[in-house]
This record gives sequence, structure tokens and C-alpha cells, in this order.
Amino acid sequence: MDFDLNEEQQMLADTVQRLVRNTYSFEQREAFYQSPEGYSPEFWRQLSELGMTSVPIGADYEGFGGGGVENMLVMQELGRALCLEPYLHSQIYGAGLVEQLGSAEQRQRILPRVASGELQLSVADEEAGSHYHPDSLACTAMPCDRGWRLQGSKRVVIGGETAGMILVTARISDTDGVTVFLVDPAADGVLVTGYPCIDGPRACDLTLDGVYVESDDLLGKPGKARAAIAYQRGRAMAAQCAEALGSMEEAFRLTLDYLKTRQQFGTPIGRFQSLQHRMAEMRGELELARSMVILAACVADDPDSDERTRRLAAAKFVVARASQFIAEQSIQLHGGIGMTWEYSLAHHAKRLVMLTHQFGDDDYHQQTFAELMSVA
Amino acid sequence: MNIHFTPDEQAFREEVRAFLKQNLPADLAEKVRLGRRLAKTDHQRWQAILDAQGWYAVNWPVEYGGTGWSVVQKHIFDEECSLAGAPRVVSFGVNMVAPVIMKFGNQVQKEYYLPRILSGEDWWCQGYSEPGAGSDLAGLKTRAEKDGDHYVVNGQKTWTTLGQHANKIFCLVRTDPAAKKQEGISFLLMDMDSPGITVRPIITLDGEHEVNEVFFDNVRVPAENLVGEENKGWTCAKYLLTHERTGQAGIGLSKAALDQLKRIASAETVHGKPLINDPMFRARIAEVEMRLMAVEMSTLRILAATRGGGVPGAESSLLKIQGSEIRQAITNLMRKALGPSALPFLEQELEPEFEGEPLHEDYSAAPASQYFNMRKLSIYGGSNEIQKNIIAKMVLEL
Repeated sequence: MDFDLNEEQQMLADTVQRLVRNTYSFEQREAFYQSPEGYSPEFWRQLSELGMTSVPIGADYEGFGGGGVENMLVMQELGRALCLEPYLHSQIYGAGLVEQLGSAEQRQRILPRVASGELQLSVADEEAGSHYHPDSLACTAMPCDRGWRLQGSKRVVIGGETAGMILVTARISDTDGVTVFLVDPAADGVLVTGYPCIDGPRACDLTLDGVYVESDDLLGKPGKARAAIAYQRGRAMAAQCAEALGSMEEAFRLTLDYLKTRQQFGTPIGRFQSLQHRMAEMRGELELARSMVILAACVADDPDSDERTRRLAAAKFVVARASQFIAEQSIQLHGGIGMTWEYSLAHHAKRLVMLTHQFGDDDYHQQTFAELMSVA
Repeated sequence: MNIHFTPDEQAFREEVRAFLKQNLPADLAEKVRLGRRLAKTDHQRWQAILDAQGWYAVNWPVEYGGTGWSVVQKHIFDEECSLAGAPRVVSFGVNMVAPVIMKFGNQVQKEYYLPRILSGEDWWCQGYSEPGAGSDLAGLKTRAEKDGDHYVVNGQKTWTTLGQHANKIFCLVRTDPAAKKQEGISFLLMDMDSPGITVRPIITLDGEHEVNEVFFDNVRVPAENLVGEENKGWTCAKYLLTHERTGQAGIGLSKAALDQLKRIASAETVHGKPLINDPMFRARIAEVEMRLMAVEMSTLRILAATRGGGVPGAESSLLKIQGSEIRQAITNLMRKALGPSALPFLEQELEPEFEGEPLHEDYSAAPASQYFNMRKLSIYGGSNEIQKNIIAKMVLEL
């Protein structure tokens, strides 16, 4: 049992923290949000120069070979500044799928370019009726001459507009086997409809109308991707919990500062016991979340097992509940100012709540845990 | 960074498990599992078994006859004992007054009292709360006036847990009424059979006799029974409270209670199917289990941080709140799991010596009583609201 970072991990955390602090003020974020890409290509380049885009990628593919703890450290800082770049979906989720499912040739072709930051990946795994269940797919793949044809539509593909390659999940026609296809967003038959999400990052919907995919661009064996998707969603969830933790810490810090400076009835409002107790409760939720973020980081790369799934579900559940509580209470304790677009707190609140809409919310994971719960 | 116990710690866990398997009497474990009340002799029996193994004074250094265990070993021991259904060690002597005597007592006091605690000769109870001094403990009024080489004590203590079994009591008394609140208090040891002490039971809402009122009417206490300096008792009190709060998250007890909840929910049926397969009820169990996992991780983080000998700070206040809320949530579900069978108030089935046929199931009698009894968790040891005040002041600096 050891909850300390080693020297290398501490350096990694310091590096990201410094970069984020220097680049990502709230005002700058607002400008990035308004820009055509919806994030900062310059910041992405800096992440790449410092080797940060390579952290989650395996050492065999010019990556840093980081694990759950390294991902946690990066994501926590990106969360603290509400960064808009699709790091999680590209470097952790997308790259993880390629690394687990891809052939040697595919991995060598794709991952070094992802590690360097040159190629962004995106994962299209949600549909109209999927509702966090990656198996529940209407999108189909029909075999055709030397390849496949994809038919269907995908929803809320985070970072899909700027990705050079989209990992699309589809059912092989007439089976329920799930497969991941590498799709070029510029291919014939792909219609990309982009939009900003309410918490800042951009996403898109995809319409796939007979999109041709070569046999070489199918990841793994046809119909056999289910376990890998579940496993990689687990890794992504663990990292996303860390992102939420960074944002919670910042929302908590802003609120505590506010309680100490805002005066009403002739005294700082932090002198009032009802607000002190609320703040103590928020601190309690924050610490529980931190504990589960650490647990998730430590088990994210364990071999697949019910125990791993249970722990990750529990982490997502506890973090989602804490996120929503801290989001709502931070706004409440700020009063009107917490409701304004111009104040960063409001954007943390939005991010904290909306993160629960990816990879399953608290209800989803409560159900997952309940199904796998060991019974005396 | 890793969440695993070391091989040595795992080996220690196995050793504890083997010991419990060998030495914990089955009838005692059964009583604990079913939530029956324990007799004084039940506690004494278990204490003697632990003492024979040298595992009674887990918080003591080796020089005083303790185990000298690390905080992690203590956590493991506590967890395994709870899961096996061992009776909870009554803390007042071994884990509360003993650390104070070790820290503030003189040589004579150490040599006299500590061995008697270890051997079980003395059963201690705690004289802290008073009718007018609960959360505001420093408002206590029980007076101790110097009269030659004695103190004369007058006043009243209350909520004295298991005082009916005790032959000794440690008390916070006011020795200087003129001083500011915290400054005129002293830490005094007394014999329960001293003339002028009267113990009166308080029956709690579950019908149990667990706590008492203790009255002091011109009780003469030898001045040598003062621990530490006169008027410096508040220092002892605060020191003791940090010990009281450590481990109050009660992870082991909550895990054991969760096991029992699952047993009950598996045995109870609705529409001919086990209650535990009812999606709504199962989801509620899942929720507390997930939260318990988070509190356990927080506990392990604090253990790791204090492994080098540090004292847990105000973070333990958070654990006290969260641990108590979880145990209350589990006892809530246990009661609900019984449905209408939670209603019969079958005190005789809860008695230590009960051996008859239970009216319903063997597990049905206790949960409703326990649910009400467990309301105490968020009140004692500094109410959860007081803990929030501590966090606001010490951690948040509000």
C-alpha cells in the first residue's frame, strides 16, 4: 500500500500543471471555445512537444508507456483547467482500442502518429438507442468485395470533427457481434454534423451511408470487439474520474475562497454555520471521490475480471455523485454569480454534471455493480 | 502507487484469520452475528482469549505488554475480528484511559493501573458527558475540591457506557471554577465502589441497558489519583478524543454488517424469490457497498499517511461522519429487509442467554432494535455536526 507518487510521476504532474497554468487561463479557454476547432491546436502542439500526448501510448509505439496513475495525473490537471482538447477520447480511449485490438501492422501504422500528437483518434460508440450500452447497436457492417460497407448513424462523437481517424463500432449484419472499424472522416458517405457540447468540448453526429472500409481497417476479428470495448471504456472511465477530480478541486477552491471574501450581514458568509457544514459535506464527498480516483487508477490496467469491473463501476458511481453534489452546491453557495457565463465556476459545474453523461452515469454504474455484486 | 498490502501484511492477515478460526468460540460469534446482547462474562471470556495470545492491547507499545503493531496491522486485526464476529473490545480501559496514563501519568500510576487493565482485573468506564455538557463538553460542572490529600467530588455524569460493569471510572472534573472554561478541568481516576457514587441505568429506545447516569455525592478521592497536572485535564481529554476518533469509521464492522444484510436479503423472499434479487433492493445494497468501498480507501490512505507514526488530523472527522452514516444506512436496510417481521419486539430473544426457538427467523429479532440503537453513532464521540464544525475550523479555516 503506497499512495505516494514516485519521482518520475511527480515530474510528470508538475510538467502538465505548469503547462496548463501558463496556457489555460479561463479567459484563454473562452477564446479557444470560440475558435473554429473549439480547442487550442497550439496547446495540443505544446502537449506533444513535452511528450504529454505520448503518455498513455505503449513504449513499443514511441509512447511513454504510462499506466492508470500517469493517465490520472495528466487528466486531473486537464480537468482543473477545463481543457477542451480531446485527450481522453483520442490518446486513452481510441489509442487503447487500437493497442488492444489492432494487428501489429495497424498498431505500428497508427500509434506512433497518435503518440506524437500528429493524428487524433475519436471513438463513435453511441447511437440513438445505445444509452451507454456499447453492445446495443443498430449501425451495421455488410461484407463486400475486399472490405465492408457501414450503414447507420452515430451520436455525440467527442472530438470527431478534428479526428484524422474515427473508430466506429458496428454490428456485423445478421449477427450481434460488435466490431470496431477505422473510418476516414473524409471518406465517401460520411456526413459529419458538428456542434459544441454544453460543457465546452465539441462533438459531432455521424451519418454513415454505405461507407466503404477496407479489410485492413477492421480492428481485430470481426464480431469480437465486445470485451475490448468494455475493457477500454474502463480505462477511459478511470481517467475521466481523475478529470472530474481536478475540476471538483477547482470548484471547491473557488467556493471556499468565495465564502471567505463575500460579505453579507456585515461578515464573511463563511462564518455562517449552515454554509460551513455544507462546505464540510462537499469536502467529504471530494475526499471519497479522490479515494476512488486513486483506486480506479490502480486497477485500470489490471487484467479483465469481475473485481476490476466492480471497482471501476464503484469509482464512476462515487465520482459521479460527488461531481453532481459539488457542482450544485458550488453554484448554490456562490448565489447569483455562480449562474453567470463569465465566471469559471459555472463552467466547472457544467463539466462536472456532463461528465456523468459519458461512459455511464451513477444509475448505470449502480446497476452494473448490483449485477456483479458478490452475494454472501 | 499501489493499493496492495505487503506480503508481510497479508501473512499477518492469514495469521489473524487462523487464530480467530481456532480460538473464537462459535457461540460468541453467533451472538454477535445475530445482534444479540452480550453479557459481561461474554466480553471477559473474549478478552482472556486475546490476552493469552498477547493480542489484547493492540494500541500499546511492547514495553507495556502491548503488541507494538503498526497502524496497518491494527486495521487488519480489527477488520478480521469484525468479519469473524468477535465481540468488540470494550475500549474505555485498554484504548482510552491507558493511552492517557501512558502519556500523562506518573510512574506509580503506570505500574499500578496498566497491568490491571491488561489482566482484566479492572473494568473502566468514562465520566465525560454531563446533563449540561454534551457537545459542549468543556461546560462540565462536576466539582472536585481539594481537602487535604483528597479531592471531594460532587456532581453528575451521564451516558456512561457499561458503567454497570465497571469498577473504575475516569472523569473530567472542574477543579478551578474561576478559570476559563477549558482551563479549570482535571483528569481524575476513581473507584466505582467509593462511598457516595450511585449508578442509575438509562434504558435506551431499543430497551437496552447500555448507558447509565453516575452521581457523585461528596465522594472522597485520593489526590494521587489525579493524572497529569491539576487544571490541565483538557489536554488529556483532547488527547483521548483523538484516540477515540481513530478507527471510528468502523470499516470492519460495516463490512460484517453488510455480510449479514446480504444473508438476510438472501433468506427473505418476495413473490417466492430472494429479496436480494429484487432490483430495487439490490441496487440499494449496491449503493452502500460502493460508498463503503470509498470510505475504506480513504481509511487506507490515512493509515498509509500515519504509518510513520503521525497522528491523523481533522481528516478523521470526515471518516467519523462517513463511517457512521454508512453503518446507519446498512442497519436501515437490514430492518427494511425484514418487512413486517421487523415489528415484533422480542427482547428475550436478544438476551445473552437466549436458547429457545425464535418467533420468526433467528436473525429477525435484532435488526429493528439495532437500527434504533445505531442512531447513537452520529451522536457520540463528538456528534457529526461537531465534526463538521471541526472540519470547517481546522481544515477549511472558515
